[in-house]
Amino acid sequence: MPAERGATVEFRDVTKRYVDQIAVDGLSLTVPAGKICILVGPSGSGKTTSLKMVNRLIEPTSGAILIDGHDVLKEEPTQLRRRIGYVIQQVGLFPHQTIDENVATVPRLLGWTKQRIDARVTELFSLVGLDPGRYARRYPAQLSGGERQRAGVARALAAEPPVMLMDEPFGAVDPIVRERLQSELLRIQRDQGTTVLFVTHDIDEAIRLGDRVAVMRGGKLVQYAPPGELLAHPADDFVAQFVGSDRGLKRLGLLTVGGADLDATVDRASVDRNAPVLAPSTTLRDALVRLLASESQIGVVVGGDRYLGVLTLATIGKMIRSDS
Amino acid sequence: MTEGEPLVRWDWVAGHLDEIAQRLLEHVELAAIAVGVGFVIAFGLALLIVRRPRLESPITFVTGTLYTIPSLALFVLLIPYTGLSVLTAEIGLVSYTLLILIRNIVGGIRGVPADVLEAATGMGYTPRQRLWRVEMPLALAVIIAGVRVATISTIGLVTVTALIGQGGFGYFILIGIQRFFSTELIVGAVCSVMLAIGADGLLVLLQHRLTPWTRPA
Repeated sequence: MPAERGATVEFRDVTKRYVDQIAVDGLSLTVPAGKICILVGPSGSGKTTSLKMVNRLIEPTSGAILIDGHDVLKEEPTQLRRRIGYVIQQVGLFPHQTIDENVATVPRLLGWTKQRIDARVTELFSLVGLDPGRYARRYPAQLSGGERQRAGVARALAAEPPVMLMDEPFGAVDPIVRERLQSELLRIQRDQGTTVLFVTHDIDEAIRLGDRVAVMRGGKLVQYAPPGELLAHPADDFVAQFVGSDRGLKRLGLLTVGGADLDATVDRASVDRNAPVLAPSTTLRDALVRLLASESQIGVVVGGDRYLGVLTLATIGKMIRSDS
Repeated sequence: MTEGEPLVRWDWVAGHLDEIAQRLLEHVELAAIAVGVGFVIAFGLALLIVRRPRLESPITFVTGTLYTIPSLALFVLLIPYTGLSVLTAEIGLVSYTLLILIRNIVGGIRGVPADVLEAATGMGYTPRQRLWRVEMPLALAVIIAGVRVATISTIGLVTVTALIGQGGFGYFILIGIQRFFSTELIVGAVCSVMLAIGADGLLVLLQHRLTPWTRPA
């Protein structure tokens, strides 16, 4: 059961101006409670600056940032930060503290009782998939990059923050570990119901993790949309180029066989015996690969024990062209 | 040296154990006060430099200049003001610790990784909490390295204060020179060196105890 713990985060015409440049220019966007919003863009696009204005590591020049309607600029910065989870690429675990001490950082700052802290720390270890018996008393230097990033996420979530900020958290780990951490983040985020703002320059990561993706360029918000829409309707040439020429293929990765227009009028018995059998939960991208690899170029869709129809290359093509 | 005398007369050593112990105490006291007071002053100045980097050049200039004054001259120059006193000795000894201690304290604090500082601030440490709970512990290894150098050089320097009536083991060296008596000179020098080595060993142990995270797994 997802906890209703997340908060709405709203940027209202936020601008950050430095002496010689504008880092963020009139940013307005709303992240609904309990959703993952990915800020994506090339370096210098203002995505990290935008993120750091939420917990006031950077102060906006003008505009307002509201968390559940409360202006962050009216709050005491250290108090505000204790209610916002924060994860950075280099993790920033305290080298002089053991992992359990690191994870307990914010609860200690908030003055929780030792009992409550211990219980929460144990819970967090299992949440992020670290064995407390093995890792609790180790120092950060004794962990691998992936393990450190798990500990960093546990530390950020310790005091059950309604909002978590993540600044390229998986940028420094290898691709296999990154993919695993991404899946676990999705699981943890659903479990905790935390609103997540996540900065990356990797469009694939944005599409994989985001409920909504904000594409930024030169301090401006170029497009703010769910990943499917971003791929289907890039707002301009920049976004189209940024999401990649294979955006049709990427979009198929977000769609499932069950959501396609299957032809149920075809008699199953008439279909080639060697045609691949697909489950409705299969992505159209995987289905496409299997159809292309098969001789019949047709797929039989079976959900549970029920025959649902056939999937053809033409149907997949129609999905790429479709507007949804 | 007197012809036919051995370099060290062990019977003299055996007969003067009480005095050696007394000089040891004096030596330790002079050095400990110097490093202790020097550390307190250096710590304050180092925090000032970390907060206001513009002060680094003037502070380094003053402490650096102090460091270059020949110790013999400094002690003698102070006599008209503070006499043949412990105070005269300590003013000189403290002055010589400042440069090394300030450099290491500032260097230690500045050496704390930026990502660790950002994480600490981002999680809601106040600047004061961050200084004491994150920056100081992580600067400790470098700070103690500075204390080791300051301690060793101070223990050596204490012997010079024999000229102004202090001196610890330096007293034996001075008397040994005046009387052409090699035993006393050697006892003074060797004891001073052993004390420095011993003090350094204790500081290494202290650092090991205080920074368990730097040990290999």
